Amino acid sequence: MAILSTPRSAVQLASRGRPLKEHLFRIALLASLAIALVFLTLLIVYVVEEGWPRLDSTLWENQPSIRRPETAGIQSGIFGTLWIIGLTALMALPTGILAAIYLEEYADKTKWYNRLLELNISNLAAVPSIVYGILGLGIIARWMAFGFTIMTGAITISLLVLPIVIISAREAIRAVPPSIREGSLALGATQWQTIYRQVLPASIPGIATGSILALSRAIGEAAPFLMLGAATLVRFNPEGVWSSFSVLPLQIYSFISRPQEEFAVLAAAAIVVLLAILLLMNSVAIWLRNRYQKRW
Amino acid sequence: MTDPRNLMPTTTGTAQIGLSVPNVTVRGPEVPRNIEALDPVFTVSGLSVFYGDYEAVRGVDMTIGNREITAMIGPSGCGKSTVLRCFNRMNDLIPGARAAGKILYHDEDLYGDHVDPIEVRRRIGMVFQKPNPFPKSIYDNIAYGPRVNGLKGKMDDIVEEALTKAALWDEVKDKIKQNALSLSGGQQQRLCIARAIAVKPDVILMDEPCSALDPIATTKIEDLMQELSRDYTIVIVTHNMQQAARVSDRTAFFTAEVDSAGVRHGRLVEFDETSRIFTNPSDKRTEDYITGRFG
Repeated sequence: MAILSTPRSAVQLASRGRPLKEHLFRIALLASLAIALVFLTLLIVYVVEEGWPRLDSTLWENQPSIRRPETAGIQSGIFGTLWIIGLTALMALPTGILAAIYLEEYADKTKWYNRLLELNISNLAAVPSIVYGILGLGIIARWMAFGFTIMTGAITISLLVLPIVIISAREAIRAVPPSIREGSLALGATQWQTIYRQVLPASIPGIATGSILALSRAIGEAAPFLMLGAATLVRFNPEGVWSSFSVLPLQIYSFISRPQEEFAVLAAAAIVVLLAILLLMNSVAIWLRNRYQKRW
Repeated sequence: MTDPRNLMPTTTGTAQIGLSVPNVTVRGPEVPRNIEALDPVFTVSGLSVFYGDYEAVRGVDMTIGNREITAMIGPSGCGKSTVLRCFNRMNDLIPGARAAGKILYHDEDLYGDHVDPIEVRRRIGMVFQKPNPFPKSIYDNIAYGPRVNGLKGKMDDIVEEALTKAALWDEVKDKIKQNALSLSGGQQQRLCIARAIAVKPDVILMDEPCSALDPIATTKIEDLMQELSRDYTIVIVTHNMQQAARVSDRTAFFTAEVDSAGVRHGRLVEFDETSRIFTNPSDKRTEDYITGRFG
């Protein structure tokens, strides 16, 4: 009865003008998202339209040519890119994951050298890619005398993506709840058994996602290859890690810098191919994340 | 207050009953020792636990009886979980954590130089506050411990036996390959108990095993503990005094004290048979705590 007799004015449930602010905030969020999406769409539409005449099988069946731009292809660039990315994955992923395991599971964070390591890895991730190109040229190509080969390119790109792989793998490993490690250790498992049988399987989706995104970044890189002096108009596909090579971004760069209109079309078509590879890799990353995501 | 033993505080701190306990002097006269387990699995003497320079727990003496349920109660921050985590050396995992004093496990010094904490944890299982099943199938959760320890025997039988002992088999036998995270909270906790049993331990430590569970699931776990105490020694940390009163044979009451330097330390106030702690405690602080006047 006391509740019923409460005067109406005592309970204030009426709106106090919040909806307008809520709406404005929402619109601001959507507008920011729209800007990103509109420009991405414009870019894709533009390159597809520009490159459309050359988006046929001759694009990946033929090799680049200066004299016949209307039939020139990008086969050597596609193969070069695949070789570089494959070799980079082989070198950078195991190294990066093992480094991340050390930093997350073994390193005593109270020790100064471990904190120094962490700080430097974050810094390395922010170093411009052309600096890695200088490193690759000076140390790997010249001092180690690996020359301008796939191996030199892949080592350079591995060094470039390594900090990103380490950082993303650490995040994935850190996302595994400590209670899982405690549960495993409390059963008499060793630290390595705990990492190998619990922590790694639980963090593999996150590690894979981060690794693919790191490799996607590497695929678009032209600057380090420019520095390394990789050839732009290679007319043959790489035969092994000691072959000379070119990569797609570098070929696009060289096509665009030529005066003929046909090269601009060819460059646009090559960009479409590069974008397609990138989108494919990112989709695999998203699929992996959704498919194997762990929920605790 | 009819037993004269309880009216006179013990100042020497030596064991009155329980001859297997070494004759040690308690650091302070404020820790009386009344009744010791006759057949101790653990004999704790002068245990202090440090986190870095901070002494979290000071001067604990107690014994844990074989196939008994020993409860550790006390207000938050009194060090009862810290002491529990010394029994299977889980504190080793915390950087800077260190134990001084002695814990004998049967006749073996648990913190002796030659002792492998991995081997300790295989014999002394642990169940945690929040159920922490691995993100794997029910079967693989149970099989994990035996696998990492290289236990011999048919795995299907080991799994069934452990689940049966943990009173979970009937509920899960048809979905043994399902993800353990699909179970309810209470079932997950019994799965964690089954997982601990599967490595055939001697002791099971439980760190507030029911604090994340509803009353029905709590009752099931308590019944299970009674059942398990026939084969296992159980040490349970609990915030729930009724739980300690219901399930345990012996109870240790801890509290936090501020020393002359203004630093808080966990102390063992009183350790006795549970019936005595709850009906006739010898220390005023215990009485205040169990009657709800403090804590």
